[in-house]
Amino acid sequence: MAEVTTRDFAAASRAAVQDPQLRRAFGSAGAGFDGARRDAIDEVTPEVWEQWRQQARSIKEHAVGNLDYYLELLERNVAAAGGQVHFAADANQANAIVSEIVRTRGVKVATKSKSMVSEELGLNHVLEGQGVAVFETDLGEYIIQLAEETPSHLVAPALHKTRGEVARLFADKLGVPYSDDIEEMARVARVALRQKFLDADMGISGANFLVAETGTLVIVTNEGNGRLCTSAPRIHVGITGMEKVIPSMQDLAVFLRLLPRSATGQRITSYVSMVTGPKRAADEDGPEEFHLVIVDNGRSRLLRDPALRESLYCIRCGACLNICPVYQRVGGHAYGWVYPGPIGSIVTPELVGVAQAKDLPNASTLCGACREACPVQINIPRMLLHLRHELAESPDSQRRTASDTDALLARGFAAVMSKPLLLKVARRLGRLAVKSVTRDGKIGRSRLPFLSRWTAARDLPAPPARSFSDIWRDELSRGDR
Amino acid sequence: MTEPAPRRASLFITCIIDQLYPDVGVSVVRALRRRGVMVDFPAGQTCCGQPLYNAGFTAEAKRLAVRVLDAFDDCERMVVPSGSCGAMIRVFYQDLFADEPELLRRAAALSERVYEFTELLTEVDGAADAAAPSDDAAQSDAGADVAAVAYHPSCHLLREMGVRRGPLDLLEAASGVSVVDLPDAEQCCGFGGAFAVKYPHISEQMLADKVEAILQSGAATVTACDMGCLMHIGGAISRRGLPVRARHIAQVLDDPAG
Repeated sequence: MAEVTTRDFAAASRAAVQDPQLRRAFGSAGAGFDGARRDAIDEVTPEVWEQWRQQARSIKEHAVGNLDYYLELLERNVAAAGGQVHFAADANQANAIVSEIVRTRGVKVATKSKSMVSEELGLNHVLEGQGVAVFETDLGEYIIQLAEETPSHLVAPALHKTRGEVARLFADKLGVPYSDDIEEMARVARVALRQKFLDADMGISGANFLVAETGTLVIVTNEGNGRLCTSAPRIHVGITGMEKVIPSMQDLAVFLRLLPRSATGQRITSYVSMVTGPKRAADEDGPEEFHLVIVDNGRSRLLRDPALRESLYCIRCGACLNICPVYQRVGGHAYGWVYPGPIGSIVTPELVGVAQAKDLPNASTLCGACREACPVQINIPRMLLHLRHELAESPDSQRRTASDTDALLARGFAAVMSKPLLLKVARRLGRLAVKSVTRDGKIGRSRLPFLSRWTAARDLPAPPARSFSDIWRDELSRGDR
Repeated sequence: MTEPAPRRASLFITCIIDQLYPDVGVSVVRALRRRGVMVDFPAGQTCCGQPLYNAGFTAEAKRLAVRVLDAFDDCERMVVPSGSCGAMIRVFYQDLFADEPELLRRAAALSERVYEFTELLTEVDGAADAAAPSDDAAQSDAGADVAAVAYHPSCHLLREMGVRRGPLDLLEAASGVSVVDLPDAEQCCGFGGAFAVKYPHISEQMLADKVEAILQSGAATVTACDMGCLMHIGGAISRRGLPVRARHIAQVLDDPAG
């Protein structure tokens, strides 16, 4: 599995907010995608958009609610079309399945179109360990592969890199003259990748959707690399999560309206590729073998938990990242694993272990912008609350990892707030405690524990002599009968 | 036919207003009484439990929520001068008590009667306008001392309670107030309760952007329906010595020049 650095969220996010280049990249790219998304919604009208969202939600509720049935149907139909489905319980199994195909077929070169699940598995390293030359062919993925980095966004993996950095990277790694002209850089990448497409024995793709009734793998791309990966090499391996299955082609139509508009504001992407089995007898070209690796890797834990199940409805459009005030400021890498942003803060803790990722559910103001933007109406804030509850009170001590201080504070707060008399006493004590740091009714920079974390950048009003309850008793209570 | 105007409301005062901003509560009471609404203040109330619920401590949150149910079970209407506490009581109590049928029933019944402060004003004013159409709303502010006010829509009010237009309509109809456009108004200010002290580095960036937008708007006053956000925004304004005031919408409506 890919390296997990979720424990470092606090430090990584602190470094990220201090990096002006990252802030510019994530802030403006996020706003750009989000603006395009809003325009696309206005074009179809918000009323129609709401209907589509509702349809998509119903389809996902049904498909995920009957996942076993649709996975079996899918498997039968893939087999009927001449392909083979492999189910992998975890990352190791998935990697072993692909490794086995590589070993038995003598694969030397593999091209890949964008696949977040393969990032999750850390598949590239495993294949490279077997002596396979693996080439990412999505431009963004190609850039981060050259830079030996990880994706920072679900849709735009190299969002964190500037044009100048990419130009420098190409000059260093590809031995071309430095140029930061976009067209020229695209041409360089195209030339470098063209030969790889021709050399590849194996093409690896992800899947945006799996259509059960026909056994079809669907990918949605803008660069055409996906189509080359899935058609030129003699073997095509599709790798994806088990939640990607939808019942029918009619259902697919709903998602093909929602996904591009939510991701980039496009009405439709440049390419929508549908792969049903390998090359047929009458086909002139196409792969000889088609393998579909369907990965669990923690997803059945999400499926089992009614409070978290809807996270499996995600279509990875990135709309929640683009609108998230936290993601926009800390960027994708701070989240420490493959899936960043609001949806990442739900699935990452469950896939890598809640105790390893306890910052993620907490690093949110619960502002709810993600829920409003989600094309499948996923209630992300409610799931964040659920995970916080697990961290604080789960009967399973592996999951209950909130600090003793937090638990003590919570109990203290509840005790004081349960007894108005106690609250009065606490108020007196509080007023005394802040007296020395109060000037003109305000608490300025303070060294008191907890308070200092607020007052580093903000003043706080000192509690005035009378609370509202006091004023009510003294003056207001006589106003009405 | 329109519904008769609400005549009676039981006030839930948020803990931030009770402890730190009692004047806001006074403005809330005055604004309602001026419209002929009788206000009472049920005894024994303290906190709705949201800080605990948001931190994941649901057992402790329940202790406080039950107290709120006890105090407000019998009220005709509950008025809450906060979208955040309002959302807790209207929406999240039903999650909190999902497995406890009797408490769930009480929470669901109360949720029907919870009004955020501006929701109640909108209903009272709407009923009044329908009963006696007047030209008052069209009065001109020309020549008067007008406060340029930016409205920050707080997140829970906007997205959990679904209150979008009402507060702006109230401000626009008020004499002595000129509403100015706040850029990126619907972006969170970065408060988020404990978030502000758990992740101050992120919170402070969000706050700085919010303050920048307020400065760009040219407002002399920033207002909202939540003292949590205003304590946060106002705290930065105060620290930086900026010529902008942070006031609850009840204060602005009660006394625009303040």
